Formats: sequence, structure tokens, C-alpha cells
Amino acid sequence: MSLTPEVVTQIAQLARLRLSATEVETFTRQLNDVLVYVAKLNELDTTDVPPMTHVLDLTNAFRSDAVGAGLSPDEALANAPQQQRQAFVVPKII
Amino acid sequence: MTSSWQHLTMHEVQSLLQKREISAVELTHGFLERIAALDGMLHCYLTVDAQGALAQAQEADKRLATGQATPLTGMPLAIKDVIATKGLRTTCASKYLENFIPPYDATVMQKLRQAGAVILGKVNMDEFAMGSSTENSAFGVTRNPWHLECIPGGSSGGSAAAVAADLCLAALGSDTGGSIRQPASHCGVVGLKPTYGRVSRFGLVAYASSLDQIGPLSKDVTDCALLLQAIAGHDPQDSTSAPLPVPNYSQALEKDVKGMQIGVPREYFQAGLDPEVEQAVQAALNHYEGLGAQLVEVSLPHTEYAVAVYYLIATAEASSNLARYDGVKYGWRDPNARELMEMYTASRSQGLGTEVRRRIMLGTYALSAGYHDAYYRKASQVRTLIRRDFDQVFQTCQVVATPVAPTAAFRLGEKTADPLTMYLSDIFTISANLAGIPGISLPCGLTSQGLPIGLQLLARPFDELTLLTAAYAFERTTAFHRLKPPVE
Repeated sequence: MSLTPEVVTQIAQLARLRLSATEVETFTRQLNDVLVYVAKLNELDTTDVPPMTHVLDLTNAFRSDAVGAGLSPDEALANAPQQQRQAFVVPKII
Repeated sequence: MTSSWQHLTMHEVQSLLQKREISAVELTHGFLERIAALDGMLHCYLTVDAQGALAQAQEADKRLATGQATPLTGMPLAIKDVIATKGLRTTCASKYLENFIPPYDATVMQKLRQAGAVILGKVNMDEFAMGSSTENSAFGVTRNPWHLECIPGGSSGGSAAAVAADLCLAALGSDTGGSIRQPASHCGVVGLKPTYGRVSRFGLVAYASSLDQIGPLSKDVTDCALLLQAIAGHDPQDSTSAPLPVPNYSQALEKDVKGMQIGVPREYFQAGLDPEVEQAVQAALNHYEGLGAQLVEVSLPHTEYAVAVYYLIATAEASSNLARYDGVKYGWRDPNARELMEMYTASRSQGLGTEVRRRIMLGTYALSAGYHDAYYRKASQVRTLIRRDFDQVFQTCQVVATPVAPTAAFRLGEKTADPLTMYLSDIFTISANLAGIPGISLPCGLTSQGLPIGLQLLARPFDELTLLTAAYAFERTTAFHRLKPPVE
């Protein structure tokens, strides 16, 4: 279950992160330390234990489909790194 | 500038404001001057909003003059920089959001503004609330007012240090694995993590959505109750906020602990616990006995697995939540990126700090094909066991008492090289987040080096009343909350 530098590089790609060679080395070591530590969970038999993804007994919260207050286009665009004619500008995609 | 108002609590200032012995504007000026004099040394604040605060103080004075004040009207507060404040920079202590100005207020901010509070500014934290020392801030460390070479705790380190050093009357923080209680403990103030769902998370920048809660940091339990009262309640904007009525928390302060059963979990008093911390917590337990409470030895057998569960679940949720930082709509974008994937990857890699990237990596791995069952699912199952431990224990006691952290504040830089060691410092606070129960930290002593020690109390879901009753019973018969750090 040991992480290799290759797997770390692959995970970084999935997470859309770029790591320097030194970072790959450090992260490999540090993430392995953590994985060795969390392996202690395997001491426990959890065969019939349901997973808990949430602590509250909530079901879907519905509301009526009514128009409420929202952001104006100018407000929504105010933090954009680049914008033009009420749109976010990004590098060419196709 | 050395007027003594800043040393008072909110409920003490309240009567001065209502009798018009001081004005909210004078009070706010006093805090702004104190911040100018001391914050260069402590670095609690990332943004001070002097102009906004004085305008809010003027409004507060009008309300006070016309008898329309609430208990928070005119109270100068500090807000952790992970909570969205309309028109006021909100950075999450990240380079990625260095210039982000939210177009809306978090629900807790709307509530504080309606109550007439004065917002002095935004305070420091570990980047995206990931850390236990505030050393992961992209904008520099915050120092512990009790000892400038020590960490203030984290991730709400700026909130705790600002309250301790009287750079605000009280503050808001957020707690995902102990991030309110642990810094409160290290800075000698009161910090409360409400039950998951008690306080709206709308406008709280997400780290781990099934664990995050906003809560108060204050100088005493009465102020804690006042602030919780103001921010608690169901919010249609947060589908995970609980549709339950909010009790009157000041009632909690009128009850005592005679006959209350306080559980003492043996798993929290084992190897690794600093002897001075153990002694102070034991003395606090004895004190409760003296007040008529009954100590019950209990067991929370899955305590030792909590850190492992947390660092899989929290990082898994973080890897998903932080996918939004893609350089498109707000925040940092690498101006040199020429194509889309390059823009995502470069913007994220340049804007996000080392610990944040480490946790995204861990979470991505824990959720990745082939590993999901071994890590994420396994951790979610053990989370069930941890919750069951608490359900069991709360059948025989109303409150559980433990230390907040295994040691007092450690030195700056001491644990930054080894993430796992840093993670293990959260061992006593994480379980409450996994189980979704409320917890409070209150001062219960000082080490021989003069560093604060905290007592943690935990209670049943949505029973903040009992938590506050137990905390106040201790506070009003001891003087630890009156101790002040040596900063002037």
C-alpha cells in the first residue's frame, strides 16, 4: 500500500496540481507516513457497520420555486480575473 | 489609549453603553488604537476596517439612544477570515483569495449586523482552516499573547489571540477538528463549537462540509452565550442547518451542577498527556465534585482512531470542495497560462499553500478508484463507531470532561516539518466534530511557564444549554478566566 513517486504525480494530475521534483519527494514521504498511520483503522472489524456520511437525520430540504434576491451580473463578475461583455474570459478551449 | 474598557467583557460593557457612560464610537476608537499599538507584534488581523467599524458604531449609538439596542449593539468584534463579509476582503489566509471581496454576507454576518455589532476586521488563521497553529497562513504567523515565541493554536488562532489580548471584545471562529476549542485553550479564552447544524454555514468558506461549524470565542461564558444566541438557528440557505427552535441560552447561567453526572473518559488520560495539563484538568474535575456534581468514569473506546478517521474524511471532502479554485471566476489566475488545463493547474499550484495542497492530495487519493473502500468508506464506518461511543456514554452522564489538547501551546516552528505530529495534536478535539456534538473549551490553569491550559466539556447533540450551565458553574467559582496575558 506504499505510495510511489509515480502515484503521487498521478494523484497531482487528478487534483490539477503541479509539483516540483522536490515536492514529489517530500509529499511521497509525508503522505506515506500518514497512510501508515491511518492503516490502524484496519485493526477494527467494520463488517456490519454502516458508513456515516452525515451526522444529522436530514432529508432533502425543499423550498418553493420562487424568485428571490440574487447577484447582479456586475456583482457576480466583480472578482473575475478577466471579464468582457458580462462574461468570464478563459483561454481558448477549442 | 490605556482606558480600561477594552479589558471588560461584552456583558460588562453592555451596561456602560446602555447607561451612556461610554459611546460605541469611543469604544470602537479605543479598540482601533489598541490594534494599532499592539497588532504589529501579535499579527491577529489580516484586514482592519476602521472606516466601516466607526460607521457601524455611529449607527449603534443611534440605536442605543432610542432604546432599540440588542445585547450586541455597539460591541466591537473580530471575524475569522473564512467567513464571507460583504464588501470586506475575505482571504481565508490564502494567496489564492488575497484580493477576494465577497458580494454577499454569510448568514452569521447578517445576524450580527442586524443585532448592531461593530465589525473591527478579519483575523488570521491557517489557510482554508487547515492547521493547528496558524503557521499555515499565507500572510505570516500570529503570536500567542502569553508567550510571543509560541503558537496561538489554530486554525482560529487570530480570533483566540485577539480576544486574549483585548484587540476585540469577542470573535467568531470556525471548528472542523478543534479549530475553535484548541486555540481558545492555548490563549486562555472561552471557545464553543456548536452542534453540527445549530449555526448556519451559509457564507462559511467550505473545508470539510460534514464537520465545519461556526462558533464564538469570548472572554467568559456569559459572553459566549450571548454570541451563540445571536448566531444560532435554522437557515433556509443552509440545507444542513437544523430546523429546531433555539433555546434562551442565558437560562443556562441560572442553573447549577448539583447532581449533574460528568463523564470522565479514561482514554483521554493516557500516555502523551502532559503532566501539568493532567494536573490542571484533574483539579477542575475535583472542583466539580466540590460543586456537587458526580464524576462517572466512562469509556470512549474508539478515541484512538479519531485522528485517522478525520484525516481521511476531512481531506476527502476538502479535495472536492477546493476543486472550485480553478482560476475562472474569482481568485488567483496565472496570467501566463495559454490553455485551459495549464490555467487550472498553474493557478491552483501558485495560489494554494503547501498544507492545503498536501490535504487535497491525500483526499484525492482516499477517494480515487480502487482506494475509496479501503480509506474513505472504512473511515466513514469507524465514524459511526465513534458516534455510537458517545450515544452510549450520554446515557449515563450529561456532560463529558476532558483536556482540550495534550500539551499547552508549543513553540513556533516546532511541528511544521512533520505534518503527522501536527495532526496528532488534535487528538482530543476531533471526536466531537466526527460525532457532530457540541464542545466548549474554558481556561482551567496555567503551566509553570505561564501558558494557559484548557478544560473541554462535551454534551449531547443540541444540548448547548447543559454545556453552558456546566461551564458557567466552573467559571463563577474560579478565577482562571480573569487572568490576562502580559501584553501592553
